[in-house]
Amino acid sequence: MDAALRELSYAQAIQEAMAIAMDMDERVFLMGEDIGVYGGAFQVTGDLVERYGTDRVIDTPISELGGAGVAVGAAVTGMRPIFEFQFSDFATLGMEQIVNQAAKMRFMLGGEVSVPVVMRFPAGSGTGAAAQHSQSLEAWLGHVPGLKVIQPATPHDAKGMLLAAIADPDPVMIFEHKLLYKMKGHVPEGHYTVPIGKAEIRREGRDLTIVATSIMVQKALDAAAALEGEGIDIEVVDLRTIRPIDGQTVIDSVKKTSRLLCVYEAVKTLGIGAEVSAMVAESEAFDYLDAPIVRLGGAETPIPYNPDLEKATVPQVPDIIAAARDLVKGVR
Amino acid sequence: MAGASKAAVVDSRANLPFVYRQYSPEQLREVLHKMYLIRRFEEGAEECYTRGLIHGTMHLSIGQEASAMGICMPLAADDQITSTHRGHGHCIAKGAEVSRMFAEFFGKTTGYCKGRGGSMHIADVAKGNLGANGIVAGGIPIAVGAALSSKMMKTGKVVVSFFGDGANNEGAFHEALNMAAIWKLPVIFVCENNGYGMSTSTARSTAVKNIAERAAAYSMPGVIVNGNIFSEVAEASFKAVERARAGEGPTLIESKTYRHRGHSKSDRNRYRTKEEIEDWMANRDPITLFETELRDFGFIDDQGIQAIRDAVAKEIADGIEFAKASPAPEIATLQNYVYTEQA
Ligand SMILES: Cc1ncc(C[n+]2csc(CCOP(=O)(O)OP(=O)(O)O)c2C)c(N)n1
Ligand SMILES: [Mg+2]
Repeated sequence: MDAALRELSYAQAIQEAMAIAMDMDERVFLMGEDIGVYGGAFQVTGDLVERYGTDRVIDTPISELGGAGVAVGAAVTGMRPIFEFQFSDFATLGMEQIVNQAAKMRFMLGGEVSVPVVMRFPAGSGTGAAAQHSQSLEAWLGHVPGLKVIQPATPHDAKGMLLAAIADPDPVMIFEHKLLYKMKGHVPEGHYTVPIGKAEIRREGRDLTIVATSIMVQKALDAAAALEGEGIDIEVVDLRTIRPIDGQTVIDSVKKTSRLLCVYEAVKTLGIGAEVSAMVAESEAFDYLDAPIVRLGGAETPIPYNPDLEKATVPQVPDIIAAARDLVKGVR
Repeated sequence: MAGASKAAVVDSRANLPFVYRQYSPEQLREVLHKMYLIRRFEEGAEECYTRGLIHGTMHLSIGQEASAMGICMPLAADDQITSTHRGHGHCIAKGAEVSRMFAEFFGKTTGYCKGRGGSMHIADVAKGNLGANGIVAGGIPIAVGAALSSKMMKTGKVVVSFFGDGANNEGAFHEALNMAAIWKLPVIFVCENNGYGMSTSTARSTAVKNIAERAAAYSMPGVIVNGNIFSEVAEASFKAVERARAGEGPTLIESKTYRHRGHSKSDRNRYRTKEEIEDWMANRDPITLFETELRDFGFIDDQGIQAIRDAVAKEIADGIEFAKASPAPEIATLQNYVYTEQA
């Protein structure tokens, strides 16, 4: 196959990034639950333990708080750990080390240390795993100065942003939507990085800006394609990083389209949509708005088990189509 | 069961293991019935999953039935338990109906969690099961809290917290055991050690050889039992319940057992050998062991065993039918139960 067209799944892209990083830098190693012979709960580490050995692909006991802390300690003292939480929901158990330690250590010590740790979080609903295995908690961590928080939406970005995260001297938290793991897309060979803190315009348009994160990027693109036939021309901005957030790309887009719809899976209130909306409202783009800003987020409920309820909890393509159409047609 | 040999059975009990002296033949036959019910429930759920009738995932306790039944045997109806992701057996042992469990797996309003929880959150609060848990070790402090309620409210309830070997490396385990010990709470910690936390063996995950050794650090008795022998488990549980009710504080029971199936539906079993699995299935199956004992001691005959199997098969078939025929929740009810409804 033509190298330029090489396709990998999102999970394979992450695995390749970790292998490249381990080849390039002796200090890089992996820690997490069942990432060795099991290959990770979502087969992201796969056979890396066979290639790099158990000294560099370390199965931890079921100890998220301790494990996250060990990764922080190793990072501060010269190593480059990549710590996998088996599900992003278990960030709640590691929160102390993430929020009180990793995020603040450099600051509290007056710049004497850096914390080059990477933590990976399989996130999101859609797998029937119910309330404790389906959450989208990225905004929680996005609220903490000292952390960087990213949500790659494509295999290409998953690899490039992970490599950027590993090279980054500060703690980087990566939220990977579980339903994206099987998504295929073009992934270049070898080492490359995609910058943290830079949004990407996935589709250009004149009538409406949709700012989306993670799995909602593809859903927004599907909605945009569906509305093309109705003569509605949508711009889709993939936010990619929620801290530090790329306000300028969003502001510039809204100045062009005069309408903003934010789409994200996490619970709607007090989330990314509120931040993006406020950012636009506070900016020069405010004067360009032709309609109220609209947010489409998750329902104000834990994720239910029943599959129909589960789907109804998070925005789906028809919901995005309806909201976008209403916005452009001035229904609201 | 034919009643003719009952007197003889009772007379000859003196030299038999604990449960045969403590419980009536009817009660013991009911234990076998429940063990079959757990096994067939999980086989039924697995089949429904394979046929695409159930979504999500599930963690089967096939091979661990004696542990669930033995621990729950001495519990009173209003005693309480907290359970785990591998909790179907605990739920049935504490008295749940398989029909409502199936309904939960099918996501129906008649299910124990009204379709909101699924396998991993199965509960039966009315029968004292405060719930399975998606978080490893999540139920352990909750059990200690329930025991604190029991002490403060003087209800006399004993609380059992089930968890796996993997849970013993979470901070919650250690914090909870310490508090239970300093406050002498009526709680029993039951570690069902099936050798692995997902793919990680206890030898690789845990610094002590036996989880029961952890008890010493919290000044409570640590007891090891063969979790596949119903009588052994029930005897240890009986003593721990007596101790708890007498206000003497908690006990840690390590019930050594084995899960026949993979961790969940996505397990390729690459961390253990086929020989190991087959050995446990062929030589230490808890139902086979108990059934054989019951028959050898004259508590049941082949006809009686067949009657139990037939009854269980019917309960399972009826349960699945009930689940299929039950209504699914309306989308409009999505936000029910997030908060307590106010009148
Ligand atoms: C806090 C937390 N960490 C990790 C997991 C993922 N997980 C679910 S079950 C399990 C293994 C648990 O092992 P053990 O406690 O021995 O119970 P078993 O599955 O063997 O019954 C893991 C790692 C989880 N659900 N919760
Ligand atoms: Mg285990």
